[in-house]
Amino acid sequence: MKVGISTSGKNNDSLLDKRFGRCEYFQIHDTNTGEIKVLENEGKKASGGAGIAASNQLIDEKIDVIITGNLGPNAFELIEIEGIKAYKCEDIAVSKVLEKYNKGELQGITMSGPAHHGGSK
Amino acid sequence: MELVVLSGKGGTGKTTISTALSELARNVMRVDCDVEASNFYMYYKGRDLEKEDFYGGKIAILDKEKCIQCGKCEEVCRFDAINNFEIDSFACEGCGACTLVCNQGAIALEDEKVADTFITETDQGIIARAEMGIGSDASGLLISFLRKKAKQFNEDEKLTIIDGSPGIGCPVIASVTGSYAVLIVTEPTKSGLEDLKRVVTLCEHFEVFTMVCINKYDINKEVANEIEDFVNTSGLELVGKIPYDDMVMKSINELKPITFYKDSIAEKAIEHMWENIKKLI
Amino acid sequence: MNIAILSGKGGTGKTTVSTNLALALNFNYIDCDVEEPNGFLFLKPEIEKTERVMVEYPVIYDKECIACGECVKACQFNALAKVRDKIFLFEKLCHGCGACEIVCKYGAVTYDKREVGKIESGKVRDINCSRGILNIGEPMAVPVIKQLLKDLKGENNLIDCPPGTSCNVVNTLRYVNAAILVTEPSEFGLHDLKIAVGVVNMFDIPFGIIINKDDGKDNIIRQYSRKENIEIIGSIPYRRDIAQAYSKGEILYDNTKFKPIFEKLANRSKEVLKWN
Repeated sequence: MKVGISTSGKNNDSLLDKRFGRCEYFQIHDTNTGEIKVLENEGKKASGGAGIAASNQLIDEKIDVIITGNLGPNAFELIEIEGIKAYKCEDIAVSKVLEKYNKGELQGITMSGPAHHGGSK
Repeated sequence: MELVVLSGKGGTGKTTISTALSELARNVMRVDCDVEASNFYMYYKGRDLEKEDFYGGKIAILDKEKCIQCGKCEEVCRFDAINNFEIDSFACEGCGACTLVCNQGAIALEDEKVADTFITETDQGIIARAEMGIGSDASGLLISFLRKKAKQFNEDEKLTIIDGSPGIGCPVIASVTGSYAVLIVTEPTKSGLEDLKRVVTLCEHFEVFTMVCINKYDINKEVANEIEDFVNTSGLELVGKIPYDDMVMKSINELKPITFYKDSIAEKAIEHMWENIKKLI
Repeated sequence: MNIAILSGKGGTGKTTVSTNLALALNFNYIDCDVEEPNGFLFLKPEIEKTERVMVEYPVIYDKECIACGECVKACQFNALAKVRDKIFLFEKLCHGCGACEIVCKYGAVTYDKREVGKIESGKVRDINCSRGILNIGEPMAVPVIKQLLKDLKGENNLIDCPPGTSCNVVNTLRYVNAAILVTEPSEFGLHDLKIAVGVVNMFDIPFGIIINKDDGKDNIIRQYSRKENIEIIGSIPYRRDIAQAYSKGEILYDNTKFKPIFEKLANRSKEVLKWN
């Protein structure tokens, strides 16, 4: 299971970054292999559509779970359609985030918000 | 916690009020997101702690030495930005379509500097602001950047007051998303009411707690009442009605926040409004 | 002759000046402040025609699309996303640039149109009026502005610009031969006037200043104009009765008290902007 966390740093004691689209990094923790991959968030530099850029990046990484502060309507829709489970958390250390996640203490992100899109027909 | 002050149309007194509120709230972080007409910071003299080049989108740059003048780029550009093998940087939207058709590698997208951003320390606290390059647009990125910078310098999590941009476009959207509350400053004119409605629709779209105040309300009590009715039927909070006061012009000319003029009737009304706002946020 | 009315700062009186000056000069009035078009509140023209402003957006055909993701990579605006082997478009981020169609090797991308705004036109007295309205939530005003201005005929037009000095304003200025900058005598007014002067100077067109809410003194605007050799077309005094008339949506030009102000401004505009 690959768990993605939006963070402000690259380490285990770095804090979770509550923004999704404009966070600094994504840390992807593989709960099976213990491997940790740190990526610079592509949405960070985006003039617009940051949430979409970040979502595209994580979808490509095939994560199963995302833990962040909140998701804008565009990101939320993409994450939901892809079937990634989203949880919200405060800006605490990554190690604590994972602890809480493992204990099932994190709340899921649910949002009804307008997202406007077209695309495949 | 971010309180964003918006106005819809310009000239309603948004900056006068955001400045006054920032003075009344005392220990605050200020962000001047009205980047195309940056007036918030003008009340405060300070020392720039940081100045950064800010790169917004991209623009296409043509390397004349590699260009064989085949004209493919001109054909493909939907913004009329390429004419006679010259790129008009104002028309160019940085889409890169031209780079995709050029077989000579003569066109590339480069980051475009669109603004200077500053973190300025004043004796009243820190203000994050930007100065736009001419013809450059405030973008979601710039506004988000200013908000983020302000957070970086706001470790003790003071209240942040954001002087927003006019209108209902991208920069306004970027100031509103994720903020805690919005205060819309309107004026009792037909134009003011029309524009208030547009901003309210935008805030509802983004589900932000919205408060309204009517500035210079006694210029036209009839329209002021219309506005009040609209605010009530929309389920929003009317937090203040500020009377027209010549002292405001004086405060602008002397570049001192209205809160320095204790005789001012507008000032008293703003203080009263601040009490209302505090109860709500 | 196309004259743009602009101001660096909002709320200085652009619409007051442009609506009344249009009547005084007998010029057509065009409201390019498409996010907050207020001119019609005053002029109240009878609307004869409404046009939709459409922009193109890509449509991806499932049959041809193999979800290679090249279009997503090519899009500079993050308007496309690849999810579950389908491509999604976020319309409001799309600039309609065509890059996605260019990179698609499978012919899966074509274009359709969607509405982003409207153009209303009509007449009042002898002048033609038109305005652009950007639909709420739409971030890009330029397509509306372009459609509004592209059909300017060889008549005389007064163009009420958006506030500020952004892309919207620059796109409006491309269509004009002269400009009037509206300002107010305050530090803010001066600060933003300087920026507006910077923009207009890029276009090499004649321009002049109108001081609204004027105190009649040798204020900082007058001092600045002298120093920079910029002509002042005239001014509108700072008076409560004027502010009140404006608040009611009244046309100042129709008021015998205020009409002479605008007649004078109209004559001076012709002089300063070298119109014959």
